[in-house]
Amino acid sequence: MTTTHHHELTSSLLYLDGVSVSFDGFRALNNLSLTIGAGEMRAIIGPNGAGKTTMMDVMTGKTKPDTGDVLYDGRIDLTRLDEASIAELGIGRKFQKPTVFESQSVEDNIVLSLRGARGAFASLWGWRNRVPQSDIEQILETVGLAAHRKRMAADLSHGQKQWLEIGMLLAQDPKVLLVDEPVAGMTDHETEQTALLLKDIARDHAVIVVEHDMSFVRALACRVICLHEGSVLAEGHIDAVSKDDRVIEVYLGR
Amino acid sequence: MSRALYLRHDKLGMGFLMVLCALGVLVPVLNLALPVTSGWHVPTYAMSLMGKYVCYALLAVALDLVWGFCGILSLGHGAFFALGGYCMGMYLMRQIGTRGVYGNPLLPDFMVFLNWKELPLTWFGFSSFGYAMMMVIVVPGALAFVFGWFAFRSRVTGVYLSIITQAMTYAMMLAFFRNDMGFGGNNGLTDFKDILGFNIQAQGTRACLFIASVAALAGCYLLARFMVHSAYGKVLIAIRDAESRSRFLGYRVEHFKLLAFTVSASMAGLAGALYVPQIGIINPSEFAPGNSIEAVIWVAVGGRGTLVGAALGAVLVNFSKTWLTGAMPEVWLFALGALFIVVTLFLPKGIIGTASEMLKNRRDRQTSGQTEEARP
Repeated sequence: MTTTHHHELTSSLLYLDGVSVSFDGFRALNNLSLTIGAGEMRAIIGPNGAGKTTMMDVMTGKTKPDTGDVLYDGRIDLTRLDEASIAELGIGRKFQKPTVFESQSVEDNIVLSLRGARGAFASLWGWRNRVPQSDIEQILETVGLAAHRKRMAADLSHGQKQWLEIGMLLAQDPKVLLVDEPVAGMTDHETEQTALLLKDIARDHAVIVVEHDMSFVRALACRVICLHEGSVLAEGHIDAVSKDDRVIEVYLGR
Repeated sequence: MSRALYLRHDKLGMGFLMVLCALGVLVPVLNLALPVTSGWHVPTYAMSLMGKYVCYALLAVALDLVWGFCGILSLGHGAFFALGGYCMGMYLMRQIGTRGVYGNPLLPDFMVFLNWKELPLTWFGFSSFGYAMMMVIVVPGALAFVFGWFAFRSRVTGVYLSIITQAMTYAMMLAFFRNDMGFGGNNGLTDFKDILGFNIQAQGTRACLFIASVAALAGCYLLARFMVHSAYGKVLIAIRDAESRSRFLGYRVEHFKLLAFTVSASMAGLAGALYVPQIGIINPSEFAPGNSIEAVIWVAVGGRGTLVGAALGAVLVNFSKTWLTGAMPEVWLFALGALFIVVTLFLPKGIIGTASEMLKNRRDRQTSGQTEEARP
């Protein structure tokens, strides 16, 4: 397909239509269609192997779909772009396993993430060498790591690493945040704080959260999509989705 | 953050540069100014031997830039070193002029021997020192650029990349062994007479070559240091530790790798170019895969990702090699293998890495002790 063909086809920020991906005969995504509007928050639930992570891989250019359209901002064909260009467009991603730069300090992790020129020569002598302290502080305040800025990322607790990665996402200042299992391995208190943090972020960003923790999903109070075998099984308010017979059948259990 | 860029906050870097300055002044002075009978006199052969170590140290710094900071384990850096050496060797061959065995004003002896009538195109311009020095930087850099362009774009990483770098240097060795290549085949290039018109054997020339080697090491160290302490260096480390994460942040990983690899190859070429006139010969055995692997061991011994450690490792290992191959030649390869195993098992961060970690731990203990004392 061509980008001009679909010019302003949709007003949604992310638009997936009929996306299928197979790995060695296994259909990870099966004719998946969904849309996310600007500033919307969406939680994705579903059993293991439902295609949640593959969906994020497709949105961020890590995996190319076999068929289907993936459009950003109604006109940009994401299937033609690589990870770096998609990140530059404004799609940021937090991984399931917290992936921070372990051997660098908390503040350097933020410096590396901050939005701006990312060329090799630009980074040799460009602005990234002179980032104002206040820019870093502001983000670390938001994710509650201001007191830890000089520490090595490797020395942070698991929950703190999750927050640092969310902070890195914020520094990127993307239009869409894809957040994969942000509260895995967190205490109840940390989980609550993370829900508040994400809701706060969702006020001016589109956020897609993949999560298994149902009380956390409930706390997010947003529309929920349940994926099963690579396509949408149910979509709607958490109460409606969690009462859906098919959702109970494949995911929540009776 | 940017404080790290200033040398005065970096005791190790300052110390290293001071040692280099002292070496660059003292050794030539002790060689030239003192009579041979003096106990402080540095013999010319010893100065050239030290010059050789300094060239190896420069190769190690170049390798550390890509391996220590970007995780590119190149097992083919010897190829860039040798290419730089050949460029210098070609200039030195052209300097021989009519003083060869056959007295041919245009062709080096081995070409006369092969019945060649004219200089191959590859030798064009090498009678000019400026052109040859440019080629010393450009030829290895260009090879690294083309090689890296394909390898990094195809996302070849880890052990696969190491294997193809190894294959590259091996292929170069086989190519340079061929007489048809026009680089002296098996024998390589040797019997050098002059450099810039000065007798290459003369004590003064040797001293100048030593000073040039030390200056090149200091300059390349400063360049590498500038690179790794800038935001560029942070990205390199990020790529080393979590390559795909860096891509999702929007960094073009292949561009960062390509720049580091190309600069590193040019540095290795410069090291080779300074090595050849001090050793007096360059032949295809310099491309041997074993040489590149030895360079990796130097960096591992000194401490990868420290730059200074790489230089230190190169000097220490090569000093031991000189001593051991003299005292017990049959033991050397076993000792080298044992050294690599010992370092991997007991000193995974190398000498400098382990030392700085111990210092940091002690400082941390002192500060935590102080805060405890401060509590009532």
